[in-house]
Amino acid sequence: MAKNDLITGSIWDEYSNQVIRRMDNPTYQGEITEEKAKELGGKLIVADFGAESCGDAVRLYWCVDENTDKILDSRFKSFGCGTAIASSDAMAELCIGKTVDEAVRITNIDVEKALRDTPDVPAVPPQKMHCSVMAYDVIKKAASTYKGVDMESFEEEFIVCECARVSLATLQEVIKINDLKTVEEVTDYTKAGAFCKSCIKPGGHEEKEMYLVDILENTRKEMDHDKMKVAADASAAGESSFDKMTIVQRIKLIDEILDTDIRPMLMMDGGNMEIIDIKENMPHYDIYIRYLGACSGCASGDTGTLYAIESVLKQKLDENIRVLPI
Amino acid sequence: MEVYLDNNATTMVDPEVFKEMEPFFCHIYGNPNSLHKFGAGTHPKMVEALNYLYDGINAADEDDIIVTANATESNNTVLKGIWIDKILNGNKNHIITSEVEHPAITATCKFLESQGVSVTYLPVNEEGVLDAAQVKDYIREDTALVSIMWANNETGKIFPIKEIGQICKEAGIPFHTDATQAIGKVPVDVQECNVNYLSLSAHKFHGPKGVGALYVQKGYTLTPLLHGGEQMGGHRAGTVDVASMIGMGFAMKLATSKIALAYENNHVRKLRDKLENAILEIPETLVIGGKENRTPNTTLISIRGVEGESMLWDLNQKTIGASTGSACASEDLEANPVMNAFGSDSELAHTGVRFSLSRFNTEEEIDYAIEAIKNAIHRLRAISSSYAYTPKDHVSEL
Repeated sequence: MAKNDLITGSIWDEYSNQVIRRMDNPTYQGEITEEKAKELGGKLIVADFGAESCGDAVRLYWCVDENTDKILDSRFKSFGCGTAIASSDAMAELCIGKTVDEAVRITNIDVEKALRDTPDVPAVPPQKMHCSVMAYDVIKKAASTYKGVDMESFEEEFIVCECARVSLATLQEVIKINDLKTVEEVTDYTKAGAFCKSCIKPGGHEEKEMYLVDILENTRKEMDHDKMKVAADASAAGESSFDKMTIVQRIKLIDEILDTDIRPMLMMDGGNMEIIDIKENMPHYDIYIRYLGACSGCASGDTGTLYAIESVLKQKLDENIRVLPI
Repeated sequence: MEVYLDNNATTMVDPEVFKEMEPFFCHIYGNPNSLHKFGAGTHPKMVEALNYLYDGINAADEDDIIVTANATESNNTVLKGIWIDKILNGNKNHIITSEVEHPAITATCKFLESQGVSVTYLPVNEEGVLDAAQVKDYIREDTALVSIMWANNETGKIFPIKEIGQICKEAGIPFHTDATQAIGKVPVDVQECNVNYLSLSAHKFHGPKGVGALYVQKGYTLTPLLHGGEQMGGHRAGTVDVASMIGMGFAMKLATSKIALAYENNHVRKLRDKLENAILEIPETLVIGGKENRTPNTTLISIRGVEGESMLWDLNQKTIGASTGSACASEDLEANPVMNAFGSDSELAHTGVRFSLSRFNTEEEIDYAIEAIKNAIHRLRAISSSYAYTPKDHVSEL
């Protein structure tokens, strides 16, 4: 939230002139009849997507030349807001002259870009991006009807955010590479969830098969699992380094070193020590300890003894270790 | 021609009201809390304005009417005040409201739920109103408040306030009503209806924006939302917006007089019905919530095959202002809960257009609007994929 968000304007102010023109006078609005298709020498394809109860529905008509698979004409009818009408109009225009295979590659991003007045300024406000998604989906529906195949067969990847065309694989990869921890970070890195927001969590405009919150949680679980496996394998092979270890492995290892190199000396003087916590305070590993017995209250606990403990752990485990008595 | 048919959103300030307010900006500008004559000079008109508020809802002299910034503040003050007084400090933990309240109520209730308060949202029937007996059924031993709107902002449907007030009185439970959409449209009498708290907002009845009021019956507690000075008897701190308060009082006087209410029920209702009937002549259109028992200025119409925002767009091209609860016209893309609450037909949620008139609308404007609406329906249905399934002779009848 900032100054520009405090008093918001009408979403209509953010529509491009192209959107407005097509809302007012959609060029490709209409239908193609069997007779008209015959006249053009092609096969009529009619595809429906969406529903009035969802707020958006579109019917796409294609006349396809069966010898070349080329779309000779394309028309639409649309129940929806103005941007849905404009998106459908742009979508129908983009289809004309393409083969069915080429048309299937038209994405909602292509539709939205076709509606821009200038290349860098979006044609519609973020929450209206979903209107162009429907235009994309109906193309797949028409192509599947024409080819007699399942609609999903055109989707090479599972798309989580249809507005921004972000796939599940991309999301998982970006979360892992960048160690992302929040949905906001995922949106910042990928734009997924930045537009209609339906893919963020259940309860949005459209019901989704998969949501960003779940993907993030599951990917983080996978990352933790992978990390533990790597740590366990490295430990088993005797190749584990302190920075790659899990917290439990670190505590165990520190305790082993303390038992071998430190505690015997402390116990000779009637004292001892315990590990309270380990915190990553990058680049440091802060190890919190408490002195026991004669060591508690001993003057050298904060000087010589402490220096000795820290030196041993630094030498044997990691240069970045700091020991902090509580 | 410009035609404003969105008076449930806000109204123009009546020029007579503005005339009463004007001196209080540059000439009589003293702080009403000051001792000197500049401050004291505001008092007579403020008292007069306050009296009009009391008269407008038939409040007793011993009751409180606190001037607030708007009905949202009034609603928040009641609900959060009850939370602090009866829920945090007492053993009650339950509020009853309806599913179709304004967000000033529902969003506040959601917040209170996050603080551990139990809230019952009563559903409405096919006509968009709730049966008063339902309130009785849901009252519990720990019910701290019942809050039900007087009239619905989307449909104009009037709720059985008198009956609910009686039920609450018998059960000994405070009753609050958000009367924002009722003032100036139907008679509002807090004594007759056993109302203990009532919220209102000036800009809905030709007063200025940014000022509202909260009625609190004598004997009913109120924890202030704003602490600070001793203004409004300690119930609401902050220097009173004198001009706005005076505007609200005079707007109340003009809107609630017998003549004004009669005009609303004759002239405005007649224009509304003319508009409504002309649209209903078009096949596959209907009044959401039915035609009975509504405020005389409001009609929410479903036009099959026409999405709400696209209809507003076309009307705006003709400089006609209306409103829709359609998801696509809002920021969050969620359909209006009032439209969803009817539950009878999910398709209605995206096809509703609300026309709300005022006493300033003319017959000429309505004739112009009817023509524009018919043309818009004709154009949008020709594009509409869902309407493509219906017989074409319907379209040709337009």
